[in-house]
Amino acid sequence: MAAMTMIEAIQNAHDNAMQRDERVVVYGEDVGFFGGVFRCTAGLQDKYGASRCFDAPINESGIVGTAIGMAAYGLRPCIEIQFSDYVYPAYDQIVSEAARLRHRSGGDFTCPLVIRMPVGGGIFGGQTHSQSPEAVFTQVCGIKTVMPSNPHDAKGLLIAAIEDPDPVIFMEPKRLYNGPFDGHHEKPVVPWRDHELGDVPEDYYTTALGTAAIRRPGNDLTILSYGTMVYVAEAATAETGIDAEIIDLRSLLPLDLDTIVASVTKTGRCVIVHEATRTSGFGAELCTLVQEECFYSLEAPVARVTGWDTPYPHAQEWDYFPSPERLGRKMREVMEA
Amino acid sequence: MSDYPPLSFRVPAPEIRPGDTPDFSGVTIPPAGAVRRPAVDSDPESIRDLAFTIIRVMSRDGDAVGEWVPELDEQSLLTGLRHMMRLRAFDARMLMAQRQGKTSFYMQHLGEEAISCAFQTALEPGDMNFPTYRQAGLLIAQDYPMFLMMCQIYSNEKDPNHGRQLPIMYSSKAHGFFSISGNLATQYPQAVGWAMASAISRDTKIAAGWVGDGSTAESDFHAAMVFASTYKAPVVLNIVNNQWAISTFQGIAKGDAGTFAARGHGFGIPALRVDGNDYLAVYAVARWAAERARLNLGPTLIEYVTYRAGGHSTSDDPSAYRPKEEGDAWPLGDPIVRFKNYLIKQGHWSEERHAQTEAEIADEVLSAQKEAEQVGTLSSGNTPSARDMFEDVFEEMPPHLVKQRQEAGY
Repeated sequence: MAAMTMIEAIQNAHDNAMQRDERVVVYGEDVGFFGGVFRCTAGLQDKYGASRCFDAPINESGIVGTAIGMAAYGLRPCIEIQFSDYVYPAYDQIVSEAARLRHRSGGDFTCPLVIRMPVGGGIFGGQTHSQSPEAVFTQVCGIKTVMPSNPHDAKGLLIAAIEDPDPVIFMEPKRLYNGPFDGHHEKPVVPWRDHELGDVPEDYYTTALGTAAIRRPGNDLTILSYGTMVYVAEAATAETGIDAEIIDLRSLLPLDLDTIVASVTKTGRCVIVHEATRTSGFGAELCTLVQEECFYSLEAPVARVTGWDTPYPHAQEWDYFPSPERLGRKMREVMEA
Repeated sequence: MSDYPPLSFRVPAPEIRPGDTPDFSGVTIPPAGAVRRPAVDSDPESIRDLAFTIIRVMSRDGDAVGEWVPELDEQSLLTGLRHMMRLRAFDARMLMAQRQGKTSFYMQHLGEEAISCAFQTALEPGDMNFPTYRQAGLLIAQDYPMFLMMCQIYSNEKDPNHGRQLPIMYSSKAHGFFSISGNLATQYPQAVGWAMASAISRDTKIAAGWVGDGSTAESDFHAAMVFASTYKAPVVLNIVNNQWAISTFQGIAKGDAGTFAARGHGFGIPALRVDGNDYLAVYAVARWAAERARLNLGPTLIEYVTYRAGGHSTSDDPSAYRPKEEGDAWPLGDPIVRFKNYLIKQGHWSEERHAQTEAEIADEVLSAQKEAEQVGTLSSGNTPSARDMFEDVFEEMPPHLVKQRQEAGY
């Protein structure tokens, strides 16, 4: 075991995957020589050569489109989109091509492809470096969408995603790269070395896609969270004193519905929290599923705490970012309902 | 107040519309044999002129002339003619089948048969095409069973795509034919990526991308050109310029500037412009480009100058936007008639043998059609089970899809 940041864990996952399987190739903007603007591919070009880790032109549709061709050839591309905010030029390639190739060709061609991208706010990135676009991918059939919340899961999920036979969108909450962040931006940054999930085995392991983790068992209320919001949920729970069960979904599609249903059936109350905008956000899907599966166990309406339906702001970042205080308020409402 | 007069907005439009007399006098056509054949490792800068001319091999007199005359033996020449004739006969039957309500949609190749048929002959087994919807000659030229193509068109139980795709959106990895997408130009960067993968893997296979004149305007065309140029990918990038993008003339995709082939120049990609209705010229140019790719010299852009003699699809009526006689006025003629005349002049062929072959092919197509229709057509109801549409979304069906399949009654 070694103390790793999420960046180091992701770099290590690449290293493991490239070591085990020479079909794994890694590329993206600034990914090769420099090792990525967040350093998630640092050292890989030196170790595996420029034909397996290289810089790409600034053309997201080209990056994804060429990767689809590589996957169809038989390679296992794991590509980086520098910020999820930049992924939209590639949306056609992801939605109409990667996601449908297996189906439309009757299984003749497949697309084992990982598209990594930093997501989320908390870094004063403004509207073009802070978005959480998970719902524009979970809405598409034929792709999986994953979002780890810590170094240990990031490594296990990334290796599992690279080995997966289908395309996977791998979202990395960039505010968690260097430490867990609970929304208290005024406090000093906590480094991963001080967190148990920053303890990462250096050897190969995988974390199965489609399995949620219970970060805190509790009896009074279920919080469905993922990414940075896991730590906001922990802070809100500590600050309200409510005995909440905190679920880190990790994988949005496939979704671990069994864990959700078991928890909400037990607690009878559910608050969903995500950074993304609310309307048609992934929380809407979660809310519907909880209603469909747990209606007769519910003691209060299911509630959502989300980013507002506005572009992600710059100066007003902390009014936008769901805070422990905002989540705590909603938890109290649900407890009192 | 500005000192300048008001700006004006310009929308290009073709000079000829329905009711006008077709006029291709603006299309400059050099005589066959007039264009030089440079070495495959020529500096792209030294062959820029080849993007502004038209490489032609077969003369009006039925001879093959000039440096681009390919080395093809008599058997290969006759096989080439047969491929084009099969494709045309296949199209005619399937167009009729669509009119009879046996399927929803069809797209024919009329006038463009030489391009895909000759190109495929220049490839090796294992190479991969990333085609558009008008390159079925790539399959026909490999003797891919017409029966299977028809099953795909009828979306019946033997459709290799399980009834999931529109008619003519074939897929066959074994035949180097990538699954066709209805979204335009997406396959162009994919072809480049496949070629990059071949080079990364130290393989010897090459890829070929296909796009129409209209779709060169897509961002993905430019994405593909950037990646092909940067990594010198072993790929042949084909543009089939059939003059019309549904109802839109080529000036909308290209403006007034240059040619489609010339778009390669900004990327440092060697670009050739070829008579798309000249089987020998298409084959020769395809071989040249494939050789470049195989020698690791990088990509080549080829523009095939041709004419879409039929409608865009069975949903299209070209008489609404272009003169009905325009196809007859097309100066590069019909690819099958031209090749036939060449073969007759060379003593390889005769009108009698041609008529006899046409009859044989008609029987062949009809018998495949009967066989396919025995399996079923879209209208006869022998289509794949609805249960099947839940398969292949993922390799392993996730729980939510299993549940939805049950809800659907399967």
